Amino acid sequence: MSQTSIDPRSLRAPPKRPIRLSWADERIRGIFWQLVVVGIVVAIVWWLWSNTVHNLEVRRIATGFGFLNREAGLPIAESLINYSPTNTYLRALLVGLLNTLKVAVVGIILATVFGTLIGIARLSKNWVLRTLSATYVEVIRDLPLLLQLLFWYAILQGLPGPRQALHPAEGLFLSNRGLKLPWIQWEGAHSLALVAFVLGAVITFFYRRQAIVRQMADGMPRATWPVALVCLAGLPLAAWAALGAPFTPDIPALRGFNFQGGLTLSPEYFALLAGLVMYTSGFIAEIVRAGIQAVPNGQREAAQALGLRPGAVLRLVVLPQALRVIVPPMTSQYLNITKNSSLAVAIGYQDIVSIANTTLNQTGQAIEGIAIIMLVYLTISLSISGFMNWYNARIALVER
Amino acid sequence: MGLGLNLRRALGAVAMLGALALPGLTQAQQAPVNTLEAIRARGALICGVNTGLAGFAQPDSQGVWRGFDIDYCKSIAVAIFNDASKVRYVPTTAQSRFTALQSGEVDVLYRNTTWTLSRDTSLGLDFPTVNFYDGQGFMVKASTGLKSALELNGATICVQPGTTTEQNLSDWARANHISFTPVVIERLEELVAAYVAGRCDAYTTDASGLAATRAAQPTPADHVILPEVISKEPLGPAVRQGDARFADIVRWTHFAMLVAEELNITAANADQALASDQRPEALRLLGKTGDLGKMLGLDNAWALNVIKAVGNYGEVFNRHLAPIGLQRAHSPNAMWTQGGLQYAPPFR
Repeated sequence: MSQTSIDPRSLRAPPKRPIRLSWADERIRGIFWQLVVVGIVVAIVWWLWSNTVHNLEVRRIATGFGFLNREAGLPIAESLINYSPTNTYLRALLVGLLNTLKVAVVGIILATVFGTLIGIARLSKNWVLRTLSATYVEVIRDLPLLLQLLFWYAILQGLPGPRQALHPAEGLFLSNRGLKLPWIQWEGAHSLALVAFVLGAVITFFYRRQAIVRQMADGMPRATWPVALVCLAGLPLAAWAALGAPFTPDIPALRGFNFQGGLTLSPEYFALLAGLVMYTSGFIAEIVRAGIQAVPNGQREAAQALGLRPGAVLRLVVLPQALRVIVPPMTSQYLNITKNSSLAVAIGYQDIVSIANTTLNQTGQAIEGIAIIMLVYLTISLSISGFMNWYNARIALVER
Repeated sequence: MGLGLNLRRALGAVAMLGALALPGLTQAQQAPVNTLEAIRARGALICGVNTGLAGFAQPDSQGVWRGFDIDYCKSIAVAIFNDASKVRYVPTTAQSRFTALQSGEVDVLYRNTTWTLSRDTSLGLDFPTVNFYDGQGFMVKASTGLKSALELNGATICVQPGTTTEQNLSDWARANHISFTPVVIERLEELVAAYVAGRCDAYTTDASGLAATRAAQPTPADHVILPEVISKEPLGPAVRQGDARFADIVRWTHFAMLVAEELNITAANADQALASDQRPEALRLLGKTGDLGKMLGLDNAWALNVIKAVGNYGEVFNRHLAPIGLQRAHSPNAMWTQGGLQYAPPFR
């Protein structure tokens, strides 16, 4: 049998031959069917679109995005930017978007930290710790998130009123109006210090990278911490001091119905954040556990045999390999936190869905309202997966 | 429970997108211009009502819907089918109600809905009439000792989102230089629970809603409705724009109940009136002479049937709204002959 001696590679890559404009040519058939599929999709989209436009006309429902510039007239409880009901719908929606981001970003950070700690605790040699964290994961993952949110909100509403607020320390009040914290009167110097801190972080990052490159070259380890200290603490302090070091404490105090001044953590925000973080950290714990267990024990033993200290073993050998398993499913969890934050409407936190819903109710423009919500979630989700894919590619195993 | 709320709201909006994008799937959505025919073909009226508001629309302990709005739903079913049971009630939230009507999920809304210019024009809806004149007020706990809404500066106020109430509140606060923190929860039950738990200092909605909520509390005396009425809230049914005939039926069924009260015709004496009443307008109303019913595309005895089934306006009011503490005398809801605003054009 002479055919058995054919190089197997030639089976995978058939030799190139000229395209013939014939039904017998499989490439021509392929192009034809692809054109048919694209045509069908375009036709369906066009059909849906034209029907929608026609029906809106027949029903005399207003269309277009002109309403965005109209006065909203809707009150919003918490906002990261200045807002009053006299502002436009556009600004109200922006407030909603920032509220969504506020809960999503903080939620992602906290869920990652908690989830990682619980995941590591599940692998602990300590029986109590291991059992507790296993129980936590099993219970939390099995209860619907909405139920958990309503539970947290009900608990917070059970707190005493502002007049009987819990008052564990000076300027700290816990009541059914939320948690009040002392804060400072924010001035330009504080914003500048914040900018200086970010700048310092960037400098530290690049210094550390350079230090590693140089260590690779000459084998001499270089301490990063003095530079980090100067950049992360010294730079912001200098910026703050340069503008006269303003510091006016803003202590909350009970005046009239509510506490005035200070920083507020509303029950709605807290219930949503607590629910999201606890629910998602249950899933993240399992992902982290799976990631760590995926690294063969031999790797750890080999690193120890080379004389690496335990911290270095974790940082240089175990984590880089575990992260490859952890990062892709983690992206899904981050997307889940963002999307689940829309359950906020159930407990009265005014996120983008809540405000867009009110907007579409007041203007009657449901299609535009839903389109805005979809656009916002699509943008946030694509940004998260874009970043996570970049990070995943960066830490991926480089195969040669 | 709130479990159904997000789903329902989301479904409402998505259903509307679907209904607008995919015509021809159901009869009701293909032919929104003839609601009456669609209702007859279906064999039942679909009525959008509140999710639960004492006096207006609330299921009783047997799960039977009862209330002022429910009786109005029944009146339309009786006018069309002469059968008060041919109604399906669809509970709608403040936010889902208009979508439900626009998409054809319901035929008519009887859901404490305020008639405003922007709703009448840009939502694709029509408001045939006003069956209850309301105004927005505030309720606080008696323990606060408040006497006026103007003392609410700095307060936290519970309000339903997507309502005229929400906009009136910010208008009023701005005009009176009052600052407040809103707490907005869509489901009425959860909003009231937040107020009762003390999350808010005050709860604001239409005075009728306040009375209903107050009456439903274990100790109504613990709650005080403040004297200020900060808005006009003409409540009435809403139908889809572009179906004048169905809007006529909704409008004139209400007027028939008003005229019946004017003529002292009640559920109890309607048959007797039909036999012995000699007043020309009574005879036209009851369908003994003329064909006013036929002009509406209904049976000539439609008004008689409605009166026998639910009673005249005063009977419906006294059955459902008087028990929750709403006064009719000296209010805009009194008959025009007694200084009120309830007035029906002539039946001729």
